Amino acid sequence: MRHLLSAGDLDVDAACLILDTAAQLASVTDRSVKKLPTLRGRTVVNLFFEDSTRTRISFEIAAKRLSADVINFAAKGSSVSKGESLKDTALTLEAMGADAVVIRHSSSGAPHRLATAGWIQGSVVNAGDGTHEHPTQALLDAFTLRHHLRAGTGDLAGLRVAIVGDILHSRVARSNVLLLRTLGAQVTVIAPPTLLPYGVNDWPCAVSYDLDDVLPHVDAVMMLRVQAERMHAAYIPSVNEYSRRYGLDICRLGLLPPHAIVLHPGPMNRGMEISADVADSARAVMVEQVTNGVSIRMAVLYLLLGGMTDEDRKDL
Amino acid sequence: MTKQSTVLRGVRPYGEDVVDIVIRAGVISEIVKAGSGAGQVIDAGELIALPGFVDLHTHLREPGREDAETIETGSRAAALGGFTAVFAMANTSPVADTAGVVEQVWHLGQETGLVDVFPVGAVTVGLGGEQLAELGAMATSAAQVRVFSDDGKCVHDAAIMRRALEYVKAFDGVIAQHAQEPRLTVDAQMNEGLLSGQLGLTGWPGAAEESIVARDVLLAEHVDSRLHVCHVSTAGSVEVIKWAKARGIKVTAEVTPHHLLLTEDLVATYDPVYKVNPPLRTSADVIALRAALAAGTIDAIATDHAPHPHEDKDCEWAAAAFGMLGLQTAFSIAVLTMINSGLLDWRTLADRLSVRPARIGHAVGHGHDLVVGAPANIAVVDPAASWVVEPATFASKSRNSPYSGMTLPGRVVHVFKSGEASVTGGSTTC
Repeated sequence: MRHLLSAGDLDVDAACLILDTAAQLASVTDRSVKKLPTLRGRTVVNLFFEDSTRTRISFEIAAKRLSADVINFAAKGSSVSKGESLKDTALTLEAMGADAVVIRHSSSGAPHRLATAGWIQGSVVNAGDGTHEHPTQALLDAFTLRHHLRAGTGDLAGLRVAIVGDILHSRVARSNVLLLRTLGAQVTVIAPPTLLPYGVNDWPCAVSYDLDDVLPHVDAVMMLRVQAERMHAAYIPSVNEYSRRYGLDICRLGLLPPHAIVLHPGPMNRGMEISADVADSARAVMVEQVTNGVSIRMAVLYLLLGGMTDEDRKDL
Repeated sequence: MTKQSTVLRGVRPYGEDVVDIVIRAGVISEIVKAGSGAGQVIDAGELIALPGFVDLHTHLREPGREDAETIETGSRAAALGGFTAVFAMANTSPVADTAGVVEQVWHLGQETGLVDVFPVGAVTVGLGGEQLAELGAMATSAAQVRVFSDDGKCVHDAAIMRRALEYVKAFDGVIAQHAQEPRLTVDAQMNEGLLSGQLGLTGWPGAAEESIVARDVLLAEHVDSRLHVCHVSTAGSVEVIKWAKARGIKVTAEVTPHHLLLTEDLVATYDPVYKVNPPLRTSADVIALRAALAAGTIDAIATDHAPHPHEDKDCEWAAAAFGMLGLQTAFSIAVLTMINSGLLDWRTLADRLSVRPARIGHAVGHGHDLVVGAPANIAVVDPAASWVVEPATFASKSRNSPYSGMTLPGRVVHVFKSGEASVTGGSTTC
């Protein structure tokens, strides 16, 4: 694996390797000295064309725990706004010897372009592109699901997962549908029809417009952020109507089987897609998702930039 | 105009029997038995002669974007592509919405002289869609404008469209509509379908084209005027046009070479060379468009030649400009998609590449059959040749060809414009 651009590029072995590696690397986080020497002398650039403090910090911590040199390159705007072009930025990073570029961009396909246009030699990690994909988020979600519902090993065969919210605009949903399917889970996406992509019926998942119908039959529910601005383009009539029909409140939480967990990629709109008492309940695993995100990103950088040596294994 | 005769020795008009075509004083003066024509001989080696092609839809970018193309470089590309006349769209800077701008374009075309450049006039001031441009002034200018279009933008206001259709009846003009419902295509990046959902690119639904085509044919019927539909891209639009023609509505339509060959699957590369408006559609659309062109439901192949400087394509998808080069590859794509498939023969291809587009746009002197007395606008083509597309060698100033590296059939060898050779042996003469 040279790049991580799409969750769809991972087969079940590659996905499990990342999850297993993340599980091993998670132990580093529990130590007092939270550092491995593996990527010493390697340079990881966080190239963020979109504000995302959470994801950027997660990648930064991950790289630093592996002893990589981390450069944060916050490129506000893009060539769209007549700033420096993606190409020139890439050529600059290449000239400075970046071994890996972690890119967040508002344009779908920008990481793909960075990896294939011949501008740079290093590895490219997609940290979220437009409304396309966010593969490390899907990996950390799979890691979290596996930890809670599959004793932390193997794939997710037979697991039933509901993804609820703005599927149309969600890169998290796209990556999760692809990855969870690869790992053997049965995914149902749930949203009002306006927030489902054209052609969703041909996606490798089930589709429902009715949250209450689905909740009793899942092992986990993943609530997606819905921007209130969506009502201005007539995707939803109002925030209140959305919340009534698709929000996860404490009553709906009661529809879930007792073992089921609640995920959210963050940042949450409390009171919109998830009520505060659900977000703070014992069923909600959002804080773990954040922790697991660091382990997953460590694993991805680790595997992309050299893989595990015997010495590393000894060190673990 | 030379007084001397030129003889195209041993040429096959429409791929039929070998003859000599004698050209004198800008017209075909004789068509005689091979070897018997007198004058300065150009050996045609039994290649095929077709009437010079007419392109209803090009963007020559001058005035305003001479970094992408000029009328001179665009004319050169057109001549090499077998064209003797091109229509230059109005979305220049300044917009071709006054007699002054269209006359400038007309004169620059005449100065270059390789093809006749017919300026298209804007329908509305500044392509703004709100106020009719002075269509009459452009029609009576030296450029004699007959085709009006806000191409790049849709005349979306139904009342403005109705008035434009009515107004141009005074001089037998035609409104060439870029059919794109703007509210259905906000930020649209590619064909809306399963793939756009997967790639996370905002969809451009076929219905946004079809709904405008449907509205416009009804308006054209109501006011009894001429509508031309630019770059038809969907099977649904074909159905609407077919229905309208059956009703006797005065509608004509064009299809681009790229919509006859390429499909949306190429967008999965995220390479902006495949970004075009209207977008590449599905293989079902491609099949329907080819069939419609063969049946005559679609009247013409028009390139929508859209040059862009390298930096506008060497970037991420959303930042890239829409458009593809077309002039120097159109004939080969036509051979590939229509001749080699058996859908058209050389006579019917000439009809779609020359006769009908000339008639739609009133391209005076163009689109005549190869008969004695016709203006000598002739393309001599080699159907057996094949070539590898290398955009770096194009006469166009830009390089954004989606066919780069492809081996294409058919080659334009000689071209005569008004009796003068504009291309000989695959190179322009000046």
